[in-house]
Amino acid sequence: MKQNRFWPWLVFSLGAAYFIVPLVATFEFSLRMRRGYYSFDSYASVFSDPTFQATFSYSVVIGIFAVIAGILIVVPAVYFVRLRLPKLRPFMEFLTLLPLIIPAIILVYGYIRLYNSSSIIPFTGSALGTDVLLIFAYVALALPYTYRAVDTGMRTIDIQTLTEAAQIAGANSAQIIGQIILPNILVAVLSGAFLTFAIVIGEFTIASLLNRPAFGPYLQNIGANRAYEPAALAIISFILTWGAMGMINVLGRFAPRTSARTD
Amino acid sequence: MTDATTTAAPLAPARRRLSFEWLGVAPFIIFCLMFLLLPTLYLLAGAFIGPDGNFTFDNILGLFTPQIMAAYWISIRIAGASAVIGAVAGLAIALAIIRGRLPAPLRSGIMTFSGVASNFAGVPLAFAFIATLGRLGLVTIIAKTVFDIDIYRAGFNLLSFWGLTLTYLYFQIPLMILIIAPAIDGLKKEWMEAAQILGARPWQFWRYIGLPILWPSFLGTVSLLFANAFGAIATAYGLTGSSLNIVPILLYAQIRGDALQNPGLGAALALGMVVITACANLIYLVISARAERWMK
Amino acid sequence: MASDFLTVAGLTKTYGTTTVVKGVDFSFAKGEFISLLGPSGCGKTTILRMIAGFETPTAGSIKVDGQDITTLKPNQRQLGMVFQAYALFPNLNVGDNIGFGLKIAGVPAEERRARVADMLKLIGLPGYESRYPYEMSGGQQQRVALARAIAPRPRMLLLDEPLSALDAKIRVSLREEIRAIQRELGITTVFVTHDQEEALSISDRIVVMNAGNIEQLGAPHEIYNQPATRFVATFVGHLNNIDAIVTDPAARTVTIGGQPVTVANLPANAVPNAHMVLTVRPEVLAVGAHPASDVTLTGTVADVSFLGSVIRIRVALGENLISLDTFNDQRSAPPLRGEPITISLTSKDLLVLAN
Repeated sequence: MKQNRFWPWLVFSLGAAYFIVPLVATFEFSLRMRRGYYSFDSYASVFSDPTFQATFSYSVVIGIFAVIAGILIVVPAVYFVRLRLPKLRPFMEFLTLLPLIIPAIILVYGYIRLYNSSSIIPFTGSALGTDVLLIFAYVALALPYTYRAVDTGMRTIDIQTLTEAAQIAGANSAQIIGQIILPNILVAVLSGAFLTFAIVIGEFTIASLLNRPAFGPYLQNIGANRAYEPAALAIISFILTWGAMGMINVLGRFAPRTSARTD
Repeated sequence: MTDATTTAAPLAPARRRLSFEWLGVAPFIIFCLMFLLLPTLYLLAGAFIGPDGNFTFDNILGLFTPQIMAAYWISIRIAGASAVIGAVAGLAIALAIIRGRLPAPLRSGIMTFSGVASNFAGVPLAFAFIATLGRLGLVTIIAKTVFDIDIYRAGFNLLSFWGLTLTYLYFQIPLMILIIAPAIDGLKKEWMEAAQILGARPWQFWRYIGLPILWPSFLGTVSLLFANAFGAIATAYGLTGSSLNIVPILLYAQIRGDALQNPGLGAALALGMVVITACANLIYLVISARAERWMK
Repeated sequence: MASDFLTVAGLTKTYGTTTVVKGVDFSFAKGEFISLLGPSGCGKTTILRMIAGFETPTAGSIKVDGQDITTLKPNQRQLGMVFQAYALFPNLNVGDNIGFGLKIAGVPAEERRARVADMLKLIGLPGYESRYPYEMSGGQQQRVALARAIAPRPRMLLLDEPLSALDAKIRVSLREEIRAIQRELGITTVFVTHDQEEALSISDRIVVMNAGNIEQLGAPHEIYNQPATRFVATFVGHLNNIDAIVTDPAARTVTIGGQPVTVANLPANAVPNAHMVLTVRPEVLAVGAHPASDVTLTGTVADVSFLGSVIRIRVALGENLISLDTFNDQRSAPPLRGEPITISLTSKDLLVLAN
C-alpha cells in the first residue's frame, strides 16, 4: 500500500518542523551575540557569570536532596504497602495523583500561608527553613513519577520471596529494605531520580515565590534583562533535559528482573 | 501472612510487627499531609474567611468581577485551545509513527523526544519561541527577507492568546503522544485484518472501529491536557511577563505583592483554579476507567 | 474440474534469507474440509495468511474457483476468516460484529438484521445481538467470530488455530460444532492447527507440513495408518522405535532383542549385521500369542499405566522399550512390573520409514 505512506510522512514532517524549528532558531539566536558573525560568545558569557554558577549549583544541590528525601519517603512506604498493607494501595495511588491535580502555584501559595513566620512550623521564617520547604515542595512535585518508578521496580522483582528469604537469614526490616530491596530497584529509582532532577532544575514558580536563588528564577531574570544569553540558556536547558531522559532510557536496559511471579 | 486483626492473647510480638509496618508508611503519610493535603485545604478554606476572620461567601462572590472573570475566561480559552489542537495534532503524529509504517527507529526517537519536550515547559520554552517567532526571531526574519511577509504587521503577536497557545503546544503535543501511544498499540492488528477480510477499506476500519475505540482515550486526554495548561504559569510568565492576565499570573501577582489587596480573594481565586483542574482530571479518570472495560 | 476449487501452485514465501514456505502445491474440491497440520514454524499459518492476502507470496499462485487471487487485496477476495484470538471488534455488540461484513457490502439494514438473527440461531446463541464481547466467554466469542466470518456468504472459510486459546472441553465440543456448521453450509474450509487429534477428527483431508514442505497429504486414516515419512509417523499419533539387526536381507529377517523376526517390507539394499530402526503403533501390539499374528516376542514388563479403559504397558525387549496399549479386561488384573510377557503382532505392521 505504497500510496498510503504519503499522509504519515506528511504529518510526521509537519510535526518535526514544528518541533525542530524553534530549537534551530534558538540555537541560531544564541550564536548572534557578536555582531556580524556567529560565535559562542553568549555561552561564554553565561558560563562565566557567577550568578549562573551560583544558582545552578544551588539547584543541583536542592535536586540531590529532593531525590534522597523522595527515596527515603517513598521506598519504605511502597514496600510495606505492597507486602503487608495492600488495602492502603488505593489511597496511596490517590495521594500520588494529587500533585498532578493541584497546580504548583496553589501548593506554594498554601505553603506560604501555612508555614509563614507566624505559624507553628515557621519554615519560611529562615533561609534554611525555606530551603527545606523547597526540597519538600520538589519531592511533592515529583511524587507521581517517583512513586511510579519505585512501584514498577518493585513489581518486576518479587519482594515477597526476597523478604522471606532474608527474614529466614535473620535480617530485620530496615536491613531488608536497605540492603536487599533498594539495590535491586536501584535502576528504577534512578529513573525517577533523573526525572526529579529535570523537574527541579527548570522549576520556576515555587522557587520564585519562595524567594530562593534557584536556577529557574535566574533564567527568568536573564530573560528580562539580556538578549542573547537567554537563548544560550534555553539550549543548555534543553540539552540537560535530553541528557536526563537519555539516562533514563539507558537505565531502562539494566533493570534487573528476578521472578516469574508478577501481579 | 500476618493476621491483621489483633483481638486476643499474646499480642506483644504481633503488635510490634504491625507498628513497624506503619512506621515505614508513616513518613509518606506525614509528608502527604504536611506538603500536599494540609496546605491546599488550609488555602482553600481561606477562601471562606473574610477580613474580619468570620465565615463568608463574599470572597467567592468577589470573583465575579469583570477583571477576574476575564482572567478565568482567557485561561479557559487558552487551555481549551491548546488542549484540543494539541490532542488532534498529537493523535495525528502518534498514528503516523505507529500505524503509518514509517521506519521503526523513528518511533523510538519521537517517543524519547516527546519525553523531553513534555518537560521542556517554562522559561526556556518561552525563550525558544521568542527566538523563533519574536520580533527578531528566526522565522519572523526569514518570512520578511525571503517571502516578504511581515507577520507582525499582519496582526500576529507572540505575546498574545494565539502566541501563547502556539507555545503551549510544544509540551501539549508530546504529552498527547506519550499518553495515546499505548492506546494505539492496544489496537490489535487482528482487528484491522478481520475488518479487511470482511471487505473493509482502511478508512472504513478507522471510521467504524479504530477511531471509536480510541475516542474515550482521546477525550480523556483532552481533559488532562486542559488541566495541564490551565495550571501552567512559568511559560506564560516567561513569555509575557505579567502582561497577559491569565489566572495563574493573577495569582502570582497576588502572592508576590498582594495585588488584589485581599488574601481571602486570593484564596478564592485559588479555589476556582483547583475546582476547574480537579473537574478536568476527574473527567479524565472516569473516561479512562470506562475505556478499560472495553479492552478486556 | 470438481477437485480444484482451491489450487495452490509453487507457493513460496521467503523472509530475508529464510524460506518459510518452500514451493507448496495442493488442490482441493469445493466443500472439502482441509486441515493444515504441523508444528510451530512449519509454514502452515503463513500459507493461510497468503491465501487470505495478509502476506504476499514470493513466488507461486493461488486460485479460488478458477480466479487467480494471488495479487488481490484481502478485502477483495470474498473469503471469511476466524482468528486465534477471536478478534471481535470490542466497541461493537454481537449483532454489529456479525453484520459488519454485510454493512460494508451495502446490504440494507432490514436484511442485515434478519441474516444476523439466522446466524445467531446457527451458532446456538439466539437473542445475543446486544451483548458485547467483553461480556462473553471465550467459546462464545469464537462462535460469534465464526458467525461474523460466514455471514457475508464467503466462498471459502479460513480458520487460524481457532481453538488453541480455549479450554480443553470447549475445544472438543466447538470443533464438532464447526464441522457440523461447515457440513450444513457446504463451504470449503481451510483449518490450521498443531493439534493432530483435532485435525484427525474433523478433516476430510489433511496436509501434514514440516519446515516449509508438505510431508504428506491424504485422508485422516491414510495419514495415520500409512505414514509416508518418519516425521508424519511421529507427529501424528504415538510411535514405537525398535532397534533391530539385519540377519538375512534375502529372507528379510532381522533380530529384535535376540529374537528372529521376518519383516515383509525390508528394503532390498539392507546390509547384513547392519542396525535398522523399525516402527510400530502401540495399538497393533497384543498381549499374549495370537493365531493371526505371525510374530511373537517375549520381554519383561517395565511399567504399567492404568488409564481407565486403556492400559498402557511398557515392555523391555532387550535394549528396546516398547509401549503397547490394550483395552482393560475386567476379568483379569493388569500385569505386574517385572513379570515376563509375550507380545504378538503382524509383521506387515512393522513399518520401515524413509527418514
